[in-house]
Amino acid sequence: MIPALATLLVFQLLGETLVRLAGWPVPGPVAGLALLLLGLVLRPAWIEALRPTAQNLLQHLSLLFVPAGVGVMQHLQRLGDEAVAIGVALVVSTLVGLATTALTLVWLMKRHRAG
Amino acid sequence: MTSAAPPVSPDAPQRLADIWVYLSATPLLGLTLTLLVYHGAFLVYRRTGFHPLANPVGIAVAVLATLLWATATPYATYFEGAQFVHFLLGPATVALAVPLVEQLPRLRRLAVPLLVSLVVGTLAATASAIGVAWALGASRATLASLAPKSVTSPVAMGIAEQIGGLPSLTAVLVVSTGVLGAASARFLFDALRVHDPVARGFALGTAAHGIGTARAFQVSEETGAFAGLAMGLSALFSAVALPLVAALLLRFVPA
Repeated sequence: MIPALATLLVFQLLGETLVRLAGWPVPGPVAGLALLLLGLVLRPAWIEALRPTAQNLLQHLSLLFVPAGVGVMQHLQRLGDEAVAIGVALVVSTLVGLATTALTLVWLMKRHRAG
Repeated sequence: MTSAAPPVSPDAPQRLADIWVYLSATPLLGLTLTLLVYHGAFLVYRRTGFHPLANPVGIAVAVLATLLWATATPYATYFEGAQFVHFLLGPATVALAVPLVEQLPRLRRLAVPLLVSLVVGTLAATASAIGVAWALGASRATLASLAPKSVTSPVAMGIAEQIGGLPSLTAVLVVSTGVLGAASARFLFDALRVHDPVARGFALGTAAHGIGTARAFQVSEETGAFAGLAMGLSALFSAVALPLVAALLLRFVPA
């Protein structure tokens, strides 16, 4: 587990450095993800070594959002008198986002298969 | 000759208060509570057969936030301990490369459909958020804060700042979107008769970012992989395109 975790952290570090050097508006870990993806394509042997730790982290992804989520709830009163507008907009746009993405993808995949 | 000391020292309540003050100021309590409460929430989630409405993030956050409020504990104190959990978000994001690389052949074939639906879905979510809130009388700052709600927090807050929104409000909206999306996705997809895990996962990652991805991984690794892909791509796309799109839409709104 420790070498695997160290590998993930190294790639995160590389990602952060790259983003900072290039000045891109992208989070460091996302850049690290892209770099590791490249690395795994070039060195497939790493996949097996990383898999148990990766799976562990991803299975428990929910836990990792809790601290930030708690912090965010402290700001709930900001919703104040616009709470209704915000609430409705939240629900509608989330459902719209889910639906349009899914339906577009399904439709395009069908065309792709037929074509 | 000494008299027998009472079994519970009379200054015990004070001692307990002291111990509490000491403990609540150490990272240990924040960290331990986070893990315990989350585990409890997860057990509830499991007990309900992983029902999406019993979202463990939602439950854990609600319980912990209430606890902090009830004990008047400042968030900073809590976070001193919880930050060790929060820190793992970095390597977890990088770890997404593992399920992704296994889906690579499929990704290559589906590259165009995936990218197109990502763009369409993100734009639809942004436009509907701004449109509905505007129709209900929200202020410009609120509209600007709502615009980036589908993207993962750090990117969303950065975008909000760029277009005149309130980053802390955006953070609330992002987390709410995530929990809402994760909780409602299954019902929505079933109603729309979308069964393909690729589509379900990718939509979850696009519309509900990290919390949606977390839920996707609990459904299946394939769903999770596509959700993670969507989350990463969405961050890249939104960081570049959303400020432009949102600024355009907001131009029609008086300041």
